[in-house]
Amino acid sequence: MSAVIEGHHDDHHHGPAKGITRWLYTTNHKDIGSLYLWFSFIMLFIGGAMAMVIRAELFEPGSQIVSPEFYNQMVTNHGLIMVFGVIMPAFVGLANWLIPMQIGAPDMALPRLNNLSFWILPAAFGVLLATFFMEGGAPNFGWTFYAPLSTEYAPPTVTYFIFAVHIMGASSIMGSINVITTILNMRAPGMTLMKMPLFVWSWLITAYLLIAVMPVLAGAVTMMLMDIHFGTSFFKAGGGGDPVLFQHIFWFFGHPEVYIMILPAFGIVSHIIETFSRKPIFGYDSMVYAIASIALLSFVVWAHHMFTVGMPIAGELFFMYSTMLIAIPTGVKVFNWLSTMFKGSLTFETPMLFAIAFVALFTIGGLSGLMLAIAPADFQYHDTYFVVAHFHYVLVPGALFSIIAAVYYWLPKWTGYMYDEFMGKTHFWLSFVSVNLTFFPMHFVGLAGMPRRIPDYAMQFADYNMIVSVGAFLFGLSQLLFLYVVLKAIFYGKKATGQVWEGAQGLEWTLDSPPAYHTFETPPNLEAGEAKG
Amino acid sequence: MYLKKFILCLTALFLSPLSFSAWDDINMTPGVNAIAQEIFGLHMTIFWICVVIGALVLGFMVFLIIKYRKKEGVEPADFDDNPKLELTWTILFAVILVGMAIPATTTMIKAYDDEEGDINILITGHQWKWQYEYMEDEVSFFSNLLTSLDARNNIAPKTENYLLEVDEPLVIPVNKRVRFLITANDVIHSWWVPDFAVKQDAIPGFINTAWTYVDEPGVYRGQCTELCGVYHGYMPIVVKAVSDSEYKDFIQGKRDLKAQQALLTEKLWETDELFAIGEEVYLKNCVACHQVNGAGIPPVFPALAGSEIVMNDKGRQVEILMEGVQGAAMQSYAEQLTEVEIAAVITYTRKAWGNDAGGDGEIVVPKEILDYKNNKL
Repeated sequence: MSAVIEGHHDDHHHGPAKGITRWLYTTNHKDIGSLYLWFSFIMLFIGGAMAMVIRAELFEPGSQIVSPEFYNQMVTNHGLIMVFGVIMPAFVGLANWLIPMQIGAPDMALPRLNNLSFWILPAAFGVLLATFFMEGGAPNFGWTFYAPLSTEYAPPTVTYFIFAVHIMGASSIMGSINVITTILNMRAPGMTLMKMPLFVWSWLITAYLLIAVMPVLAGAVTMMLMDIHFGTSFFKAGGGGDPVLFQHIFWFFGHPEVYIMILPAFGIVSHIIETFSRKPIFGYDSMVYAIASIALLSFVVWAHHMFTVGMPIAGELFFMYSTMLIAIPTGVKVFNWLSTMFKGSLTFETPMLFAIAFVALFTIGGLSGLMLAIAPADFQYHDTYFVVAHFHYVLVPGALFSIIAAVYYWLPKWTGYMYDEFMGKTHFWLSFVSVNLTFFPMHFVGLAGMPRRIPDYAMQFADYNMIVSVGAFLFGLSQLLFLYVVLKAIFYGKKATGQVWEGAQGLEWTLDSPPAYHTFETPPNLEAGEAKG
Repeated sequence: MYLKKFILCLTALFLSPLSFSAWDDINMTPGVNAIAQEIFGLHMTIFWICVVIGALVLGFMVFLIIKYRKKEGVEPADFDDNPKLELTWTILFAVILVGMAIPATTTMIKAYDDEEGDINILITGHQWKWQYEYMEDEVSFFSNLLTSLDARNNIAPKTENYLLEVDEPLVIPVNKRVRFLITANDVIHSWWVPDFAVKQDAIPGFINTAWTYVDEPGVYRGQCTELCGVYHGYMPIVVKAVSDSEYKDFIQGKRDLKAQQALLTEKLWETDELFAIGEEVYLKNCVACHQVNGAGIPPVFPALAGSEIVMNDKGRQVEILMEGVQGAAMQSYAEQLTEVEIAAVITYTRKAWGNDAGGDGEIVVPKEILDYKNNKL
């Protein structure tokens, strides 16, 4: 047995295969990381194009370019693609690239599973996007797909949607198993849990969240499938079922899902801020505890999405209090980031600009979240543009900015080439201005009473909607610049050093830029020194 | 033109906090009764707390960015925690939150009061209209969007209450406790009138309660706030608060109308008469799905022009209007329309768009609809 293993060991130092098979059959964490990131990038433009259609329709009152039916399809698929096709795969891509390099492991623990969990993802989105060309059109019931609109009253393509969600869930679960196994088993000697880089910590916790809630989502869509095709009545009031049950199940998945999309961002931003402050992260331990408490709390706050369904007052109060509690660990994180900058030696390269914007704008999104938590006031906020403003503030200048920051920060490491700093900064300022122009006025129209998910609106909302639309078009165009900056770096960039950034700490910066195809085949020994990073 | 408008809007955006009239346009409505005003006050309290926190955090951040830029010969500090400071701000956050939770809880308890009202109104959400039923008075009617298709398609001008106007508003008396019992017939809707601070989901199989007490006569507008299908954006809510005597007149008027309509089924009807009424009914109730030319939007909304049922199967067509179509958007109109209106609209579809020539051309009279109803009983 051992002879066989040793015999195999000799040809271990090979580079990537040639041609398309490199990508189809790859089990290499770096290749799979790149695949995830490019997939997410492509989906960003598809989901973004849908947002452009939405904003063009809402540019002025009155019907503009699409029918209300197609508008609903845009709203639904924009949400589904951005959540499941952009933010989540991008974080998994970053996890693939970074976790092995940050903990000194040669690869992910389960490389074949890794290949599978990526390659079923394009299949899932292929199925979802194909529904646009089917009779009845694509899903049109919102990304939250509340029953019975998504069951008894859904277009026939809902079955394809259910299938796609099942595959996405399977992909996420497999990816999470891989992350947990890798982190718990493959850390370099001497890297104790409390010496792990914060990005690794944030992903360990995120992966547990995914494993806990993805099966719940799968359960919800399976019940829908049964209701639609097999005559059950889980959510059918007419058959004794309960439409509100759907919302409880969905949000029991959905709220942890929200944190799945932000916890890895916390990790990324922590690394970037400490690097460009040239100072270790402030309160490492409390950062870890804060992430863990946010994750735990996320399981007991779900019904704050449902304050208007008619819960008993005890329920309203419980979910209001538990939601408000989340402000504590989140506030701790923001203060820790600021304290990291305090008395540092700050420079403002593109990743740092995006990371600072993240902290500032995520704070705004967090504060509007706190307002939404106040149950009696939520009766006025619920399902208006105020909610749209809130979750876009945490998802776009939140999650998406952290991903963009991560790309600028680690791109020289991944490719071996520097991006164009001037173009990067231009991209930042365009994005920063336009993201606020897009989402800030949404607070106003929301408070003034504009419901979400409507294809046309009353006259008093006209002015701000026009501003929002112009901001959105500008933001969309700015991301084309991002694509240009990335491609320019890959094809024409200046060579990067191994260290890349003056203040960067952590194992990945001890490698060459770009790193060899296989790294850390002999684990680094950290018994003596510190890792974190 | 757009550029000019855009620049104007942008200026407005930055100047709006300076002038109070603009401030109202971008903030929650203070509401017209005690509970709405209390919720508004709570909102403003929390809002200002958040503004202060936000300003402190962002201000401190700007200070850090300016003060601690990298400078020659200045070494960064290397501290990485301060447990006392961290504990202090954690406790500080908790204190602020408790300060917010106390007024929130008292307001919540006041808003959550499901005692019976002086008047109880059952509100039922339908795709895409509201039904109001006065429980004590056995009066019931539907409230449809009044805004014309032409206005929505930018052919006709848009009026002040574009998309916020209905044919029959809900009428309630002032200075009475009005309780709403809210449910739905098909999918989930949500009944929202910002001035009352009432937003309650209308869920099939459930009856939710909400209440209001209005002091000032007036017209209050709102919209459906839960995605309920294609025309979710087109089912507004209009509530007219009137004096007690006006309210009594309104109820009496509704009752008289019901009696008159019952008599109308006995009348002998001319085809032209029915056709004219039918066209009106069609344009109000059917046109959104089946379109002006009867072509529908297949496959979701079938065509009526050239339809075999509409041309040659009168019995089935009556049945569809009375019962709806299971599993499709087509609902029962038995309660929404009067016998005359149903007969008229069927007659209209059988005569319009060349269906007359292609089919048997038979008309339906109100008596037939009444008989259908009676046979079912």
